[in-house]
Amino acid sequence: MSAPGTTTRPAEDGPAPVSTPARSTSEKARKGPVDWLTKRLGNGLVQVSLLLVGLIWITPLAGLFFSSMRDDKDNSASGWWTSLVRPDQLSFENYSTLLENSGITTAFWNTVMISVPTTVLVVVISALAGYAFAWLEFPGRDAIFLIVVGLLVVPIQIGLLPVAKLFGEIGLFGTIPGVVLFHVAYGLPFAVFLLRNYFAQIPREMLEAARMDGGSEWRIFVQLVLPLARPAIASLGIFQFLWVWNDMLVALLFADSSAQPLTVALQQEMRQFGSNISVLAPGAFLSLIVPLIVFFAFQKHFVQGVMAGSVK
Amino acid sequence: MSSVEAPARGAVTPRLRAQRRKRLVAAVFVLPALLLLGALVLYPVIFSVGRSFFDASGDTFVGADNYTEMFRDPATLKAIRNSTIWVVVAPVLLTGLGLVLAVLTEKIRWATAFKLVLFLPMAVSFLAAGIIFRLAYEQDPERGVINAAVVGVHDSFSESSPYPNARSRDGETLVKDGEGYRGKDAAGPGDTVNLGFVGVPPGEMPGEAKPAADAAKSTAGQDELRGVVWLDFTPGGGGTAGEVDAKENGMPGMKVSAVRDGETVASTTTGDDGAYSFSGLDPGSYTVEVPASNFAAPYQGVSWLGPALITPAIIGAYLWIWTGFAMVLIAAGLAALPRETLEAARMDGANEFQIFRKITVPLLAPVLTVVFVTLVINVMKVFDLVYIIAPGPVQEDANVLATQMWLVSFGGGNDQGLGSALAVLLLALVVPAMIFNIRRFRRSES
Repeated sequence: MSAPGTTTRPAEDGPAPVSTPARSTSEKARKGPVDWLTKRLGNGLVQVSLLLVGLIWITPLAGLFFSSMRDDKDNSASGWWTSLVRPDQLSFENYSTLLENSGITTAFWNTVMISVPTTVLVVVISALAGYAFAWLEFPGRDAIFLIVVGLLVVPIQIGLLPVAKLFGEIGLFGTIPGVVLFHVAYGLPFAVFLLRNYFAQIPREMLEAARMDGGSEWRIFVQLVLPLARPAIASLGIFQFLWVWNDMLVALLFADSSAQPLTVALQQEMRQFGSNISVLAPGAFLSLIVPLIVFFAFQKHFVQGVMAGSVK
Repeated sequence: MSSVEAPARGAVTPRLRAQRRKRLVAAVFVLPALLLLGALVLYPVIFSVGRSFFDASGDTFVGADNYTEMFRDPATLKAIRNSTIWVVVAPVLLTGLGLVLAVLTEKIRWATAFKLVLFLPMAVSFLAAGIIFRLAYEQDPERGVINAAVVGVHDSFSESSPYPNARSRDGETLVKDGEGYRGKDAAGPGDTVNLGFVGVPPGEMPGEAKPAADAAKSTAGQDELRGVVWLDFTPGGGGTAGEVDAKENGMPGMKVSAVRDGETVASTTTGDDGAYSFSGLDPGSYTVEVPASNFAAPYQGVSWLGPALITPAIIGAYLWIWTGFAMVLIAAGLAALPRETLEAARMDGANEFQIFRKITVPLLAPVLTVVFVTLVINVMKVFDLVYIIAPGPVQEDANVLATQMWLVSFGGGNDQGLGSALAVLLLALVVPAMIFNIRRFRRSES
């Protein structure tokens, strides 16, 4: 680091501000290059270390990708990085085998069938409730909303046993609708919280004006509030979609073998990890591809959604 | 809050009708959410609390037994201990790392790209992250990238032993001495002692190795003790065991020492033809030793997935996922700091570190608190990563509260009383966060 405080010293040196101009310029000249150099060096060091950190962050993903394109023989004989110099080891064979595996393709579609309806339901139900909490009047409104805020951090674990029992009694246990309902319920506190707060920022006059014009609450909600809240809804939708797409815990309990999503199907291959890399690595990559597309396509909403959702 | 009761009983005024209508509309908007929350979130909380006071089958009321059992059962105790480690270590590391990286990214032009790369793992499921790190933590440095790096660093600082597989036909020219070898017979200045090894595959012999026969034949000087260390194996067959045959190579780089009365008086390293020589020795009886360091097995890296390191290893994977989150949130806080304050400090000659410590961190305190609390809540609930990364045999060493709750309730334990108690414990642990959230919300509303 550059010498601390050297610039202030001369001024602090007491009641002798008549330092000759010649001296101060020579000091500047002396300090200049040194300062410039330390700054350059410091900056270079920052660049290099951040580059290194970035590289470290990319490596595990690269490892998964390369491993997913090598056969079991190569994977057990050498590390994936050998393929950097031996690109002939890489092929899409694992992927074509994987896509012929009906267990995996069914699981992939189950993942879609679970995460898309969950996302739609969470957005619709929470938008309705969020509007009610923000702009409609009903008894106990604020107290109930405080309870919803309290429910934000309730761990999923607390629901596993009781809801499994409940679903067992009404025949939802093991089915896709059961998994969806559970996800919706545990996605709601955050979703309602986020949208209510967003809706509450809409200027009161705007809503009053619409009501004066005789618009019903439903029309105001659909034609005025929802369009205004598009960014919040986008962030919420993306966050909720990824949350459910990536879930394993809920499906592990609530989905039977015909309803299980990709995460659970792959989890069951983990027992023989060493000999199953040709299934697990491409499978993991398959489960990654949709979140990655979402990530790169909606970077801004993605980051905002995750940031907002982190209060869960 | 709704206003007052009906003004006159029975008489349905238009105002009352309008109010009823309003309430009906509100109910339609809010009921779907409230029904789901009530049935699937609120009711389970109450049910679990009640269930936690009953035994495994749910028939007998056992009072607080499940809660005392929690602190008696070794597996659950282990889980509580591991969860404590998680909560203490992970949020601190993540907040610290996030802060440092956020400050550093302000100094580079490619900050956006950097943030993107570090945030990317947030899109990855814990399952996929688990598979990624099972691959990366693989013990064999030929396959696991982390141990490959560890071994690479280790070997560049400490030399690896040249002949891990070499051995000697016992009693021929050498006898085994601990992990190393010593010459069979005592020798003195003027003697030549040739030491033959076997068991080194051709691929492991150094390329510079030369035939040892010539060096083996040259005679020692007056005060010199010399000889060769050679591979007593003729490629393609032939040759006599114990003799230095024409085609047999010396073993370069072998450490040899001369020992007298248990004390090492001289050490040297063999040349390309395997020759060694000690000169200037006092007369007397010496033993030639080939110490164990020549045969040490190569460094194999760290057993990340073993019982001792499994929790730190999984926390490492967790850092990979969440560092970007901490960094981006803190960077947003940094961007909102008053530029003038920082500029003023710089003008006053404060260096970057002083600014960081005295200005940036205190001003950022609220953001850092939010990041920290958020991470604590999330760390408390960690499940998938532990479940996936820990291989079966060490699962118990890696257990945290959430996985233990799962194992006790569904994974063979089948004790739903204890399982409920664990779920309630998890809930109790996040209650402070719940209060924090509610307080923060109320403050933002007023």
